[in-house]
Amino acid sequence: MDALMNFGLGIFGSAWPAVWTLLKIVLIVAPLMLGVAYLTYFERKVIGYMQVRIGPNRVGPWGLIQPIADGLKLLLKEIIIPTTANKGIFIIAPMLAIAPALACWAVVPFTDSLVVANIDASLLYIMAISSMGVYGIILSGWASNSKYAFLGAMRSAAQMVSYEISMGFSLICVLMVSNSLNLVDIVNVQDQGRFAGWGLSFLSWNWLPLFPMFIVYLISGTAELNRAPFDVAEGESEIVAGFHVEYSGMAFALFFLAEYANMILVSALTSILFLGGWLSPVGFLPDGILWLFIKMSAILFLFLWFRATFPRYRYDQLMRLGWKVFLPICLIWLVVVGVWMMSPLNIWK
Amino acid sequence: MGSMKEIFNSLFLKELLKGMSVTGRYFFARKITVQYPEEKTPQSFRFRGLHALRRYPNGEERCIACKLCEAICPALAITIEAEPRDDGSRRTTRYDIDLTKCIFCGFCEEACPVDAVVETRIFEYHGEKRGDLYYTKQMLLANGDRYEDQIAKDRELDASYR
Repeated sequence: MDALMNFGLGIFGSAWPAVWTLLKIVLIVAPLMLGVAYLTYFERKVIGYMQVRIGPNRVGPWGLIQPIADGLKLLLKEIIIPTTANKGIFIIAPMLAIAPALACWAVVPFTDSLVVANIDASLLYIMAISSMGVYGIILSGWASNSKYAFLGAMRSAAQMVSYEISMGFSLICVLMVSNSLNLVDIVNVQDQGRFAGWGLSFLSWNWLPLFPMFIVYLISGTAELNRAPFDVAEGESEIVAGFHVEYSGMAFALFFLAEYANMILVSALTSILFLGGWLSPVGFLPDGILWLFIKMSAILFLFLWFRATFPRYRYDQLMRLGWKVFLPICLIWLVVVGVWMMSPLNIWK
Repeated sequence: MGSMKEIFNSLFLKELLKGMSVTGRYFFARKITVQYPEEKTPQSFRFRGLHALRRYPNGEERCIACKLCEAICPALAITIEAEPRDDGSRRTTRYDIDLTKCIFCGFCEEACPVDAVVETRIFEYHGEKRGDLYYTKQMLLANGDRYEDQIAKDRELDASYR
């Protein structure tokens, strides 16, 4: 590692830290894009299996080249800009959608040392950046100058704002018990406690004492992603494709990439905040990045499972769930956790 | 009390978990996909596919231009013109089926008194221009000649029900 650093300093001089950071970004974004591509394949396979089909199996062995073929197709297709659209915003909107989805990965820790920027306010940074994603959707709907796109954008804006509140409250519970906004610390704190001492550290992770918040976070996360059953922003059956109805080719692909990159991000965050990140579930196995990937895959599978199972929420039901169910649950559990921490039964000392 | 139970059930996501258990079970179920070009589903002898005009074993065409098929066709896909032939028998001079109009209901086949117009088991055909699916008398007769063995066998299987 030191040899690499000295070599870099020798070649790039004072520009080396910037080059090194760029290299790290590429090291995260390139596998992420590959992950997104294969998540689409995985999704089609899983949903196919749940519908007693076998999914894509023609391109390559078991259809494994299918995502590459899809990507090539989207790259080669024409980007159509509607005559009445606001051209500048129409082009910028997909970039606005994907940039936050990628920027969040800067602070996601893969192990306690493997993180691009180990900053103290990383949870706050993620909250701030991930809520920027809604701009891409609103602006795309607005700039398309189409009824369906506009309706989809309005729905998605209202939905994201509603669910961000309950999501934020569940995160507040996490940072209360962790006493930190730093994601690395949040994971390390989960390795302490009575069960961890017994070698059963999966019982001392946040999901157990904060179980209702875990469920609320998972469901709000699904809503935040505009995934089924909360995909009213797309709503194929009522508003065709919602905010991206006018997009084609690579511009559409960017929205697609953003959605799936966000899926991977939310699964990573759920693993880090509630499921102990890279910690191993039992004492006799070593911690490692593999555990994080296993937990992320499990949660991604859950998202696909939801999509294969649930019909879409009606718009008013969606709002009711966010404001009248999740918000009270969050407020109550916030008080419960607060009292718990002040009482002699506090387990987070 | 009932409403309490309802609140309890919805709070603990009972229905949702039930739904997920159903899809979860089907995840492991045997898949019913038929790998189409390599595998095909079984066909009935009453399958209604591409049309054909049949001939008698001596080579004489069966159609007597009664125009019952043209009359019954609900999609108006059949066009027939007829005049007496030199030997005095009544035959079609034009027998066209527009397959872009046809709905494959099989009424023409049922209406035919001499089993002349039939629908075969062929369903894998295509046209590259719009006119390609406009089948003329020659094309239909050619179909009949080509698939006569299969057609005759299918009619025989169906005979006891007619």
